Amino acid sequence: MKKLSKLYLALVMLFLYAPIFVLIVFSFNTTKSHTILSGFTFDWYIRLFNNRLIMSSLLNTIIVAVAASVCSTILGTAAAIGINNMKKLPRTVVMNVTNMPIINPEIVTGVSLMLLFVFFAARMHFEFGYVTLILAHITFDVPYVILNIMPKFRQMDPNLYEAAQDLGCGPVSAFFKAVLPEIMPGVVSGFLMAFTFSLDDFVVSYFTSGTTQTLPITIYSMTRRKISPEINALSTIIFIVVVVVIVTKNLIERRNLRRRGVIK
Amino acid sequence: MKRIISMPYLLFSAVFIVVPLLMVAYFAFTDGDGNFTMQYVANVAQYTNIFIRSVWLAAVATVVCIIIAYPVAMILSRIDVSYQSTVLMIVMLPMWMNFLLRTYAWMTILGNNGLINSFLGLFGLGPYRLLNTQGAVILGMVYDYLPFMILPVYNVIVKIDKSIIDAAHDLGCSSFKTVVKIVMPLSLPGVMSGITMVFVPAISTFIISRMLGGGGNLLIGDLIEMQFLGNSYNPNLGAAMSLVLMVIVLLIMVILNQFDDDVDSVLM
Amino acid sequence: MNNIISLKNVAVSFDGEKILHDINLDIKDKEFVTFLGPSGCGKTTTLRIIAGFLKPDSGSVEFEGKVINDVPPHKRNVNTVFQRYALFPHLNVYENIAFGLKVKKLDNKEIKNRVSEMLALVNLRGFEKRSVSRLSGGQQQRVAIARALVNRPKVLLLDEPLGALDLKLRKEMQIELKRIQKSLEITFIYVTHDQEEALTMSDTVVVMKDGNIQQIGSPVDIYNEPTNAFVADFIGESNIIDGKMIKDFLVEISGREFECVDSGFGNNTAVDVVIRPEDVDITASDDAKITGVVKSVTFKGVHYEMSVEAYDNRWLVHSTKAAEVGRNVGLSFGPDDIHIMRKREVK
Repeated sequence: MKKLSKLYLALVMLFLYAPIFVLIVFSFNTTKSHTILSGFTFDWYIRLFNNRLIMSSLLNTIIVAVAASVCSTILGTAAAIGINNMKKLPRTVVMNVTNMPIINPEIVTGVSLMLLFVFFAARMHFEFGYVTLILAHITFDVPYVILNIMPKFRQMDPNLYEAAQDLGCGPVSAFFKAVLPEIMPGVVSGFLMAFTFSLDDFVVSYFTSGTTQTLPITIYSMTRRKISPEINALSTIIFIVVVVVIVTKNLIERRNLRRRGVIK
Repeated sequence: MKRIISMPYLLFSAVFIVVPLLMVAYFAFTDGDGNFTMQYVANVAQYTNIFIRSVWLAAVATVVCIIIAYPVAMILSRIDVSYQSTVLMIVMLPMWMNFLLRTYAWMTILGNNGLINSFLGLFGLGPYRLLNTQGAVILGMVYDYLPFMILPVYNVIVKIDKSIIDAAHDLGCSSFKTVVKIVMPLSLPGVMSGITMVFVPAISTFIISRMLGGGGNLLIGDLIEMQFLGNSYNPNLGAAMSLVLMVIVLLIMVILNQFDDDVDSVLM
Repeated sequence: MNNIISLKNVAVSFDGEKILHDINLDIKDKEFVTFLGPSGCGKTTTLRIIAGFLKPDSGSVEFEGKVINDVPPHKRNVNTVFQRYALFPHLNVYENIAFGLKVKKLDNKEIKNRVSEMLALVNLRGFEKRSVSRLSGGQQQRVAIARALVNRPKVLLLDEPLGALDLKLRKEMQIELKRIQKSLEITFIYVTHDQEEALTMSDTVVVMKDGNIQQIGSPVDIYNEPTNAFVADFIGESNIIDGKMIKDFLVEISGREFECVDSGFGNNTAVDVVIRPEDVDITASDDAKITGVVKSVTFKGVHYEMSVEAYDNRWLVHSTKAAEVGRNVGLSFGPDDIHIMRKREVK
């Protein structure tokens, strides 16, 4: 039984990782072939870094992701505080609206925002670009910030805010001294989630970007043309970044757990 | 007083969540001049076969995901606690790669000159048409969304109180019976949210069908995309299609919510 | 002794529902006052009004003779020990206790002295660096008390502070709290639904129900002279029996006439008769005015609790001697043991 589960797990891992390793292996191939390894080269990586379009779209992606995740963290934190103090009915209504972008298919969110932006672009004389992209990204980012923070309020002792006031803090400083430290883990994980989703987003960006290309859009247009080992090189780099980030994150989490004595 | 600070967000969500969806509805029920019409919603009926195909392919992919993911979640939950988070991390890691790249990987593997056909060629077999088939589309969906099924199921199974399992054994259940009678019913909420998280993106995708399905396996997503950014620019028809897609998704959510009203908590 | 806090005609409602009706209450300086009542009686609401977390819809709150209705909580010279302690999880024991002093920007040496003084008071020396999440319930309770007292409030408010502790620890903490209150000579206002706790610790007990004060008095007064059947029932176990006041000092119970010490109810008025179980004696059935059959006997440690059915009433009797189940016994009680109350309002 134990052996069988190990074998099964190994097979699923193979299924999950094999395609990625194929991409990585052929990123070092001298020819464009994806079947025959004809030699080792860093050529595709050099070409990648010299590819203006890819580099500029990478920059765009980062600009949009940073702007959108920062804005949505501020907006979402304020929203969560307010929602937490709402009465049941308005709270339910607001949370249902907040859940919309998460529940709705991405394409519907993208299309609906495109309709909105087209409507305003025509009347207010602006063009699709950074502004529309960032606004669209905030739209699908904020719900994740809010949903990350709300449970922290539930876990929090409801009297903390009053306790700080009782001990001499004014209403604003009581929030910063007693409440914010408690919801901070939620704020941080909300921000990180928003940032990752923004970096990764293709569908909503596709409908709201106009001519401003983000990295996923550029990748899409590259795969439309033909198979190019530059994409493989890009995949390899992204994969390495992902591995480094996720492994570091896990190590930090494990260290924190160990510190709190949850695991040895 | 504190309620006021959520005002900016309330305003934002009204403008960027509610209004856009109302605009979709408005476009779906009006013509280019703004007159009320049912014509576009009615026209969607012409694409019934594509809608059926989308639902079918997404449903098959979801079922395959459940079949593959459930044992994975079970095995994960039984691994020694000190390794568990590491193994879970390894299973979830591919999800962090952009799905365009993951889908692209299968293009290079399934193509006529791809890895599989070249391998078969060594034995004088093929080439078989693997790319641009419905099978390839399902494969892409399963590959892209499998982690979304593993995670919620795992989260639920791992939280099942061990004493409940002990109680079942104590009351005479065999290990197999315990799984069928205790673990499976208790993990149902996880499966339900897994279904939502796989089915919704699968039914509305236009990337997987375009990259792995060729031109012959259009899905709802492709249709909608074509009305807005493709050759057949027709936002009214596109809005009508989006509306129908939303209704399908909402219907499925409502059905699934009968089993589980806590989708978000698992999602987090 | 002067009044430190006075509530005058205080009323509060939430969502149109009256939580407090017209509360009038004077709290004397250096007293241990307990608000006692079932959940939903308004005791915590009253406490929150004194702390400043809640503004009364009408009426006034006075602190040392000055109206403080509009003074925000952080400017009031009262501190609170919250029900679930509300310790700041991101701060350690020392930082939690020092919180209020740091907000007041006292210098570090002063803070250090006062915190260690408090740690000594609550027997937590050596716990300074400990994370509050790694303390036991009783220790968290002590930190919460120290954190409030370090600010040297004139009044300490305690909202069911022992509710989460087990019985043994509760008893210990009750004595501890009383000791602290005595040694600091400040006013404690204590909220609880536990009548035993209220009777043990308080100088004055305020019994509340449905947003009204039922009775204010010393524990002995409240126990021995409850003003109505609710108080009698809530404070300890009671036999509450229908009776009729024949005339002053004479009451009819179960068809028999008894002398009593109460008067002023009018002649031939229906009343509630309250008799404490420990005031009822079991006698031989032949010479008793009321006789009944013993239905059950339970050993309670110090005494036996017996249920005796007599006429249409079931009497609860506490006695150190047990009677056999099924025996016919007599019930007797003296005039002092009979407490007459006006009929409870029918709800």
